[in-house]
Amino acid sequence: MVRDLRVTLCGVELDNPVIPASGCFGYGYEFAELYDINCLGSFSCKGTTLHPRFGNPTPRIAEYAGGMLNAVGLQNPGVEAVVTEELPKLSKVFRKPILANISGFSIEEYRAVAERLAPCPQVGWLEVNISCPNVHGGGMSFGTDPRQAAAVTAAVRAVTDKPVLVKLSPNVTDIVSIARACADAGADGLSLINTLLGMRIDLRRRRPILANGTGGMSGPGVFPLALRMVWQVSQAVDLPVVGMGGVSSAEDVLEMLLAGATAVQVGAANLVDPFACRDIVAALPEAMERYGIESLREIIGGAHG
Amino acid sequence: MQQVLFEIRSNRRIARDIYELRLAGDTSAVTAPGQFVDLRIPGFYLRRPISVCDWGEGTLRLIYKVQGKGTAALRGCPVGTKLDVLTGLGNGYDLSKCGPRPLLLGGGVGVPPLYGLAKRLVGQGSKPLAVLGFNTASEAILLEDFAALGVPVTVCTADGSLGLRGLVTDGMDRAGDYSHVCACGPEPMLRAVYERCATGGQFSLEERMGCGFGACMGCSCQTRNGPKRLCREGPVLDKEELPW
Repeated sequence: MVRDLRVTLCGVELDNPVIPASGCFGYGYEFAELYDINCLGSFSCKGTTLHPRFGNPTPRIAEYAGGMLNAVGLQNPGVEAVVTEELPKLSKVFRKPILANISGFSIEEYRAVAERLAPCPQVGWLEVNISCPNVHGGGMSFGTDPRQAAAVTAAVRAVTDKPVLVKLSPNVTDIVSIARACADAGADGLSLINTLLGMRIDLRRRRPILANGTGGMSGPGVFPLALRMVWQVSQAVDLPVVGMGGVSSAEDVLEMLLAGATAVQVGAANLVDPFACRDIVAALPEAMERYGIESLREIIGGAHG
Repeated sequence: MQQVLFEIRSNRRIARDIYELRLAGDTSAVTAPGQFVDLRIPGFYLRRPISVCDWGEGTLRLIYKVQGKGTAALRGCPVGTKLDVLTGLGNGYDLSKCGPRPLLLGGGVGVPPLYGLAKRLVGQGSKPLAVLGFNTASEAILLEDFAALGVPVTVCTADGSLGLRGLVTDGMDRAGDYSHVCACGPEPMLRAVYERCATGGQFSLEERMGCGFGACMGCSCQTRNGPKRLCREGPVLDKEELPW
């Protein structure tokens, strides 16, 4: 039997629901040297800001038993270089629409970045990052207050007809209230979760390992929490959800879809196994067969009962 | 870059907290001394980047220091263990810039990649000389290997227990004329070498890494030519690029 892996995200059909997450796949070429990345459903490009950013001082990476922490802090070449250099290079190795992940330090900046990226033909969706835990005075501060989240959503919504996904932070008391605020402000979908704020301490130096002090936790250790939030949000809000957080296998993808996700992003797994996404896509048909699934579309939210 | 399953052929202590790992597997992706590999250690999430000491067809020689739980677990891996390795990572040293008499400066576990470099420099007819620094005699490594290549070595130890008492820079001051500098070691050593370096030079830097192949931007470094990922555009940077 041919298993149907297709899903539809905000009106755009994906060959399969597997999408490398922003910040874990660069602009695609490192991976395109290793395998044909057109096997992916799509991918979310490195978070882009108006101006070039180096990000935080190093060390920016630490480990924990369930995965890793990062405090990169949105290193990127700025939207102009992304549009004029990165996207043309990417077009040579990837022929599907991508998620343009954008970030900012003011509502005006989010609007400006969205305005520049949205018209690019390769951009299928805008993914608005209001949840980066590693930058101060921007990023997550927009994602922890429903009014700010709504204001960013509305500002981006106003400059494009392309679908707008808002990427939510798990570092909140009630993620559903933020999700509702974004939905009411015109979001077409929600991506969740961004990383969880955490830290590690270097016993030799008696100081935090990360120069930034804190960083975002990702990897298999956050999967149950991410799954729970996808479950909650997808029941409370009538928008497609892109589920992410520790996804590392085809089985994790199926769990995310059953919890209510329409598509799934894979982050940290790409960093420890550069072939992770390719292998997850390849493993899906067999996993579907094992659990009696003919079509992925049919199981979205299936665990809600 | 290539993902290869290597098999451990030997894993033995060669100095205090320092181990030599000999692996068998496909090394075709390793193209220059100063490159590194990224090992998956069973039970640990992130890979561990380790510089290549030497390589041949189907053989890889690594030297690592036990620093934390990951390298302690690696020390416990017996002969026959299969390790998932990303090989041929980073740029490595450019031999064509080294000239007839390059000075190789290594500190601690920064010494191993310089051995692979010395071997290839000798192979192309250069006459390298080396200054190798260690904290103390019990941490000294690879001295016989350099001697076997015929490379003159000045050993420096901080406590004077072997060779010259002092730092790599003290040995550098006595090295005489040289055509180029290739350095690898802790950052304070590299900065001190940089200050004294009268010629062109290549400096191998170190940083905590996420992926090791350019995807996560975890190990970025500011240079005079903009940000560089040490795992991809590094770990070896030209003297002119360093913002010191």
